Amino acid sequence: MSASLLLDVNDLKVHLRLGHKVVKAIDGVDFQVRPGECVGIVGESGSGKSTMARAVTRLMPNVNIEELSGRLAFEGRDILGMADSELRALRRGRGFSMIFQDPLGYLNPTQRIGRQIQEALSRDAGRGSDKARVHTLLDEVGLPDAANLARRYPHELSGGMRQRVMIAIALASDPQLLFADEPTTALDATVQLQVLQTLYRLHKERNMAMAIITHDLGVVAELCDRVYVMRAGKVIESAETVTLFEQPQHDYSRRLIELSTRRLTRELQS
Amino acid sequence: MLRFVGRRALYAIPLLLAIIILMFSMLHMIPGDPVQALVGDYPVPPAYRQVIEEKYRLNDPFLVQVGNYLLNVAQGDFGFSYQNQRGVLDLILERAPRTILLASVSFALAIPLGMAIGIAAGTTRRPGVDKFWTTTALIAYAIPTFWLGQLLVMLFALRLGWFPTQGIGPLISRTHGIAWLFEKLRYLALPVLAFGIHEGMRIARIMRASVIDTLSQGYIITARSKGLSRGQIIRSHVLRNSSLPLVTIAGYAFGSALGGAVLLETVFTWPGLGLLLVDSIRLRDNMTVVGVVIFSAVAVVAMNLIVDLLYAALDPRIRTMR
Repeated sequence: MSASLLLDVNDLKVHLRLGHKVVKAIDGVDFQVRPGECVGIVGESGSGKSTMARAVTRLMPNVNIEELSGRLAFEGRDILGMADSELRALRRGRGFSMIFQDPLGYLNPTQRIGRQIQEALSRDAGRGSDKARVHTLLDEVGLPDAANLARRYPHELSGGMRQRVMIAIALASDPQLLFADEPTTALDATVQLQVLQTLYRLHKERNMAMAIITHDLGVVAELCDRVYVMRAGKVIESAETVTLFEQPQHDYSRRLIELSTRRLTRELQS
Repeated sequence: MLRFVGRRALYAIPLLLAIIILMFSMLHMIPGDPVQALVGDYPVPPAYRQVIEEKYRLNDPFLVQVGNYLLNVAQGDFGFSYQNQRGVLDLILERAPRTILLASVSFALAIPLGMAIGIAAGTTRRPGVDKFWTTTALIAYAIPTFWLGQLLVMLFALRLGWFPTQGIGPLISRTHGIAWLFEKLRYLALPVLAFGIHEGMRIARIMRASVIDTLSQGYIITARSKGLSRGQIIRSHVLRNSSLPLVTIAGYAFGSALGGAVLLETVFTWPGLGLLLVDSIRLRDNMTVVGVVIFSAVAVVAMNLIVDLLYAALDPRIRTMR
């Protein structure tokens, strides 16, 4: 274990009970993130990539967990064994945050945007009023007219704007690591690119590590330094992004790359 | 918003017309002789019968009777109750405040009680706690109010003697101020308890289901990811969102309660609209029956309108839809 690792996951196992069957959603995964780097986690749906992010951030939904084990360390601190209060403190400031595929479902429909961001602000003294900080965050994620926007409700915004609001919420606690679970899948193609560019800019400006979960290798190629390829609850290949594209070790990775190049060519032709 | 309210109020007019005509037809079809019911257990001399039939225009064709009635209602005349020898409107205005009092105090008990139980059962992490409240609520809801009322009377009125068994208190009270209020509350306590428990358990069951549904929403994950505590999440994300279905159901239930809780008022001889309705049906006092039903219908329609407004106040998505 190296001290320079921000997140160090070893032999993570998440087994879920579905009726009488036990599904090994995550089956012995190793996963590392260094400070300030961007890693991609790719794989088809059901490969366990979202479950892994949920398990690492301890945001598992209320499902029947048969087994949840492994060594999860954030800055050397054990996440799984952490007390609730310590975990909350980590989520409140300089820890990790997460954004999700469906920003509409993940924003409270009955609350104004501003309040939902304000709620997530880290509790640092001497950084101006909550209101001013919310406006700064909205500016930072590329949403103009912050004062007006803060008074809106989620359903009044477009999909891209909502995802930017989600990003603002995630940034409010000044995280060192941002998990992005299919952040652009639900968005229009043009908006996808803009949101990705924003994420990349924030990653660089804030020197914030990112873990992007996606089924789209194109996204990984654009943003990520390293990639983990997941399939059926296991990491089958991990490499530098360039290496993966040039010399994929595994058939499955090769097929994923072929598929995404083919799709890209099709998009370019049309 | 105002236009929406106006439109809903307009929809209510044909609805009320239909209810009046339906009620009138049904009462017309019930077998029995209204003149005989009016006179009582005596033979009716033909000349007397003729006088009565002319006075109340009982021999007019049915449609003429309905038409006349509708015209009178439009002018605020709900007819005359020959059993009570008073105008029907006068009678309703005397009874309605008692029913409204009973319904309001009962719901003031039922709503917080039901919400508290629903939240306790819906948010607990211990299955035993949920099971306890779910079972308790189910059993208490399954007990009919009139029987629950009788059990309460047997325990608290007959055995312990804490509360009176029935009625709304002396017609002319000798007490004043606080003592007067206390006297009123003693008469109110048992019917309110029976009604409040019943409605409260209904609310508890809806609230629990709604809380569980809210907890499965994505924004609860977001709230957890923000590092909010359990209490904070429940207060600012669960409470309001899971109250939405409650507004609808509690609102409709309150609307029908305003029309009189027939069985409960009978058990406690609470002289409200419910008791008036039962007595009037038994005595074939048709004008009063129709009058009370119209009042109930207006109460339900008005509450539905209020429910819609409340819903819009709680859910911004509804507000922008209009």
